[in-house]
Amino acid sequence: MLGANSYRIMLHMILADEKVISREEPSLYLQRALFLRRTGSFPFLRVKIYVGDGEGAVLVIELVGLTKTYGRRTKATTALSHLDLKIQKGEIFGVIGHSGAGKSTLIRCINLLERPTEGEVWVDGINLTELSKSELQQQRRKIGMIFQHFNLLSSATVYDNVAFPLKLVNTPKDAIDRKVKEMLALVGLEQHSSKYPAQLSGGQKQRVGIARALASDPSVLLCDEATSALDPQTTNSILKLLLDINEKYNLTIVLITHEMHVIQNICDRVAVIHQGGIVEQGPVTEVFMKPQHAITRDFVSRDSEGGLALEETVMANAETELPAGISSKLVKVSFLGNKTYEAILSRTVRKTGVDFAILQGTISTIKQVPYGQLTVRFEGDSAAIEQTLSELTAEGLDVEVLR
Amino acid sequence: MDFSKVRWEEVGTASIETLQILAVSGLFTVLLGLPLGVILFMTGRSASPSSKLTYIILSVIVNILRSVPFIILIVALIPFTRTLVGTATGVLGVIPPLVISAAPYFARLVENTLREVDRGVIEAAQAMGASTAQIVRRVLLPEALPGLLAGITITIVTLVSYTAMAGMVGGGGLGTLAINYGYYRYQNEIMIISVVSMIILVQLLQMIGDRLVIYFTRK
Repeated sequence: MLGANSYRIMLHMILADEKVISREEPSLYLQRALFLRRTGSFPFLRVKIYVGDGEGAVLVIELVGLTKTYGRRTKATTALSHLDLKIQKGEIFGVIGHSGAGKSTLIRCINLLERPTEGEVWVDGINLTELSKSELQQQRRKIGMIFQHFNLLSSATVYDNVAFPLKLVNTPKDAIDRKVKEMLALVGLEQHSSKYPAQLSGGQKQRVGIARALASDPSVLLCDEATSALDPQTTNSILKLLLDINEKYNLTIVLITHEMHVIQNICDRVAVIHQGGIVEQGPVTEVFMKPQHAITRDFVSRDSEGGLALEETVMANAETELPAGISSKLVKVSFLGNKTYEAILSRTVRKTGVDFAILQGTISTIKQVPYGQLTVRFEGDSAAIEQTLSELTAEGLDVEVLR
Repeated sequence: MDFSKVRWEEVGTASIETLQILAVSGLFTVLLGLPLGVILFMTGRSASPSSKLTYIILSVIVNILRSVPFIILIVALIPFTRTLVGTATGVLGVIPPLVISAAPYFARLVENTLREVDRGVIEAAQAMGASTAQIVRRVLLPEALPGLLAGITITIVTLVSYTAMAGMVGGGGLGTLAINYGYYRYQNEIMIISVVSMIILVQLLQMIGDRLVIYFTRK
């Protein structure tokens, strides 16, 4: 493993105070890597060590300084500029962006359908940008991909479509048969195996796409706007299937979308892409509840019904005539997980004696985790309001004073 | 009109000759034109400089061959035909010029048909690690099959009219019969029989081709 320059010692080793705590890789590699890096005696060996969160995360995909420009010199347009991204094993990672933001180029760079102008693409510890054509073909077999328009062979049956990747590597017939039947059972299309794609609905076609992508036992599944051509119900069933597959096989899934609810439904982490760069990333709960960048805020609020307009209306009409000695405060209260079910708000206001009006609110789930976000106006004695806010914070709620 | 004087066995021989010419030249046209069309398509969409050069060279050759009138091509190719098959007349002598004239035509039809194949499907195959040869054999050709069959039908029908033209230089078949008896000897009966035979032949070929296209269409 140490001999080939295409390999590197990966983030199988997460450091906390230079101590190995990952279960994935023996400490020997780490020591060797540290030694080689210190001495600098093996210039051909790429050693990169990241400081992790101590959870033993393993990276499956790493994009380093990815740049893609189309056209030449004066007419060049930049689709991606110096983009870095790390995707961990077993997670569902979402990339969201408007059309033209570069998200499609990004996902197509991961299996080199688009060759980046600059930068490196590491998948499973191998730098794809360094590989020869046939080596790349071999590595691509470990990266499954599904598409917005399914891209099935119209001349082949469902069965033959799923068998396609296996036939490419001359798999024996009985092994193909076993695998295809397993995959069709997984996506629930056993009874359709001899139909042609034209006889299937959109959702069924995407299921064939998924079965085909998984037939070669990939370590990553790339989803290029996989649900954008489907109606809402079908979208949900496909997302559910992806989630099941992720859990069943611990398969890493990278998906790009322009729909926040896709991210909200199944993703663990999300990156927001804008003008060829990532403007914000993190766990979906965090990005969703506290969006930092204007683009992210746009995506989040557009998805909750009414969107930005509602927020502006609330802000504009929040002020009402108040009797003397009574003050008010407009506050955004956010809560996550089991706190959603607790009566924290009513318990607190009963104690402090302030009144409140709920002006806007969402109670929903992020990947099956409940959360709530309410815009509330508190009315009462200003000291009592302050006390209310600090008690809510003490209870573990997130409180943001808007006005 | 007196059809009783018609020597039917000669009509029969000529018909069989026409079918032989069509079968052999059709076969070689597909064998040459299909790979040529695939190469035109693959080099035409590639971004590499060497592919682009290949495309330009092939494209120019194809255009030249397609712009020379067939009757001129037959005459110009006589020395080449002689060295290749030993004669420049009869069934054997007409096949090389037919193939050389029809193969570039068919190659262009193939190129156009392959362009109709969904790019996304080719991309999906690339993403699955298919090699160029695998993409051609397992994606392009099966996906384009109905279009290719339609192209073969058009080419063979064109060949029928070319075989008639070949009659001018003694190419054999119904064309020669029509020229020699119908035109030079004013035997209108032979002319009518030859033309009607060819009309029936073209109708049959087109019908078979259409049936095959429908049979293999999955969209």
